[in-house]
Amino acid sequence: MNLVPEFDPLFFSEAALRMRGYRQQILASNMANIDTPGYKSRDVLFTQALREQLEGTAYSNALPLSSTSDRHYRIGGSVPGAPALLYRMPMQPSLDGNTVDVETERSHFADNAIRTEAAMTMLNSVIASRRMALTGNQ
Amino acid sequence: MSLMRSFQVASTALSSQSLRMNALASNLANAESVAGPDGQPYRPKHVVFRPAPILGEVAAGVEVASVHEDMRAGPKVYKPGHPSADANGYIQMPNVNPVEVMVDMVSASRSYQMNVEVMNTSKQLMLKMLDLGRG
Repeated sequence: MNLVPEFDPLFFSEAALRMRGYRQQILASNMANIDTPGYKSRDVLFTQALREQLEGTAYSNALPLSSTSDRHYRIGGSVPGAPALLYRMPMQPSLDGNTVDVETERSHFADNAIRTEAAMTMLNSVIASRRMALTGNQ
Repeated sequence: MSLMRSFQVASTALSSQSLRMNALASNLANAESVAGPDGQPYRPKHVVFRPAPILGEVAAGVEVASVHEDMRAGPKVYKPGHPSADANGYIQMPNVNPVEVMVDMVSASRSYQMNVEVMNTSKQLMLKMLDLGRG
């Protein structure tokens, strides 16, 4: 069992699930705005977002917050921040400035849902193995 | 919780798309309405969307920015016996093109279906989330 947070499977699965939920929300808003003139499709770079979550550097792109005391909250420490949102390059730009592509969004959405389930399966097996270690499978 | 937000986002899309569907149904129903309460031919309505930010979240839903009336004049049809006919026997028809409306309706119904799918997927994921650690 690993107690270093970055390599702890429980911590990792939790961060992965949180990021999957976050991405699900972004993709849902792209799909909701499929007919909104001028709306730009957005997404996160999942690998980078997850790494930032694990390393606690999600605020690295934001403005630095200076503190005058050690007892102030630290931004970039244990506070989980929102990862940077990027814009998707449109394959077929439309006249009204909307860059949401139905097929792309749907495939990303389905992919994200499957991977969320995978992360949940992982988390379940971590919980099951820890429970077994605690109870001796009684 | 992020998955809950997906619900909220998809529901804003569903209500906006159904408003658009209502406007389209009204356009189609009034394709032959030569004179409304003001004596003018019916003006087709078009719904314009805009993103609706959700407080404290990066995700945005969608809302109806405006319902815009098409002010262009429709075709003139020769019907001398009609009560609204002018001196030359022409009546002003509403500017409703049924083909345009039907195409718009297919688009609205597809968007609606897609957002229902988003809701269903989010629901399944949330139900699975509730079962975490029960295995």
